[in-house]
Amino acid sequence: MKNSEESDSYIIHGKLALPYTYFAGRTGSTFLTTLRDHRTIMGVKCTTCNRVFVPPRQTCERCMADIRSQWVTVSNRGTVVNHTVIRYQDKHLPRKPPFVLAMILLKGADTPMAHILEGVNPDRVEKGMEVTAVFSPATTNTLLDIDHFEPVAEAP
Amino acid sequence: MSFREKNRHVGIVGIGETRFSSHREDVNQPEMIREAVKDALDDAGLTMDDIDCVVHGNMELFEMVHQPDLWHTLGTGARGKDAFRLTTGGTTGGTLVGAADNLVASGMYDTVLAIGFEKLQEGHTTGGITNMADPLWARKLQSGALTDSAAVKAIAEFGADRAKRVAMLYRIIMDKHACLNPNSHRAFGLDWDQMEDLMENSPPLIGDLRLIHMCSQSDGACAMILSCEKKAKQQCDHPVWIRDHITVHREETLNLCVNHYPNETTHRFAARHLYERNGITAPLDYFDVFEMYDPSAWWGADWIRDFFLLEGDEHYRLIEEKEIMGGGKMPINPSGGVLAANPIGATAMVRVAEAAKQVRGNAGPHQIPGTVNHAIASSFGGTMWTILMMLEKELNW
Repeated sequence: MKNSEESDSYIIHGKLALPYTYFAGRTGSTFLTTLRDHRTIMGVKCTTCNRVFVPPRQTCERCMADIRSQWVTVSNRGTVVNHTVIRYQDKHLPRKPPFVLAMILLKGADTPMAHILEGVNPDRVEKGMEVTAVFSPATTNTLLDIDHFEPVAEAP
Repeated sequence: MSFREKNRHVGIVGIGETRFSSHREDVNQPEMIREAVKDALDDAGLTMDDIDCVVHGNMELFEMVHQPDLWHTLGTGARGKDAFRLTTGGTTGGTLVGAADNLVASGMYDTVLAIGFEKLQEGHTTGGITNMADPLWARKLQSGALTDSAAVKAIAEFGADRAKRVAMLYRIIMDKHACLNPNSHRAFGLDWDQMEDLMENSPPLIGDLRLIHMCSQSDGACAMILSCEKKAKQQCDHPVWIRDHITVHREETLNLCVNHYPNETTHRFAARHLYERNGITAPLDYFDVFEMYDPSAWWGADWIRDFFLLEGDEHYRLIEEKEIMGGGKMPINPSGGVLAANPIGATAMVRVAEAAKQVRGNAGPHQIPGTVNHAIASSFGGTMWTILMMLEKELNW
């Protein structure tokens, strides 16, 4: 028998697939079902802080007030406030690279939401660009019921 | 921001590090941790009997082990002792030292052992990081750990030529430092005349972020022993004193881009508050060395400006004039920094450990010339979280 300084070091290969369940809660569920059934994007308004949060949340992150019943409808259109270009391929990514993830501030909302931006060259995305939601033909009961956003065609 | 002075002074009396590597098949996790713990105990001239409490941490999910602190008792020596597990992402190592500092300062424990580790070769970094995103709003819409955003920002501000040159110069300086540090995972022996070639031809990662700019995935552990003033003076000839530390969070769900908060980086916010409450008006003059958590050369080059509250291109000039090397105006990462080794849960603690070694003057081949009286170390993690830790040679502030 070899002594421990000379022996081999084995590597045990393993793989874990970890299923999980996420409880969206009533607030999150209302947002998703409205998106699915009415193609309408809703937020909640904190009347104390005078801010509309999209996606909605049960409490205002600033004053911690319960705002779950204060629904407002926001526009399907908004502006790009920030973006990044995904240039690498990985299994978890929602599109083949290169593609754009943008922070989009919808009209009527005070917080931007992240989504995929298509229909524009990734190198030509600009802050302030007007975009609109394009809904998915088939529902997934997720945020991806909005398939992506795309630039609003400029008026002739 | 509320802040209280410490109940009592806290000194670093022992420091232990493993060598850092992408291949530690020869040891399992607790065996690797034991190397750092033994190194720290030997360094302090203590045994586990002297330790009142153990704090342990690494990245959640990265090695797919639940409650590793239980199994790791084999290596941490925590059996029968009070113990805590902490995990705050990339900042974990800084959080561990900060928690140990607070535990000792509070009077609860006289001597605390803090341990940070990671064995990145065993897990899946992107798997862990993608689980950070909110499953409802963001998990289907995310990228990963890598970004060239710092490069885009620097190029927009300083032009492609200067920005790319500064990033690569920073990278080569860090490699020169890494080559002096016997614990380095990556030390290539890069030289100045390779700059153009590396800028043009080295393998790209994303946009202007090249593989050479980015930190590695390393295996390794770091352990530090902290004691109250009375014990520290008994245990050690020259404890390194932790003067103060600050933690600043930026939560992912809070959207900063529409001015919910002042759009100041967490680095600058942390530095400004820490210096203000300690009466430091010229940090670049005050500190003798800085160990920075620099995940990429682009970030490292950029962040110098925030950490020292500089304006314009002052940080670029420090790099261009090589003032960040030993003997310069502000030596940065004599250890080689995170570009030399990145065992994530240990990485931020290694910054504090290396800064403390520089203060003691016994860092080894990478000890910088001159006396180091005042040192600062940073941690980085999550969606821009910052910890800054101030170290002093003398108890005279």
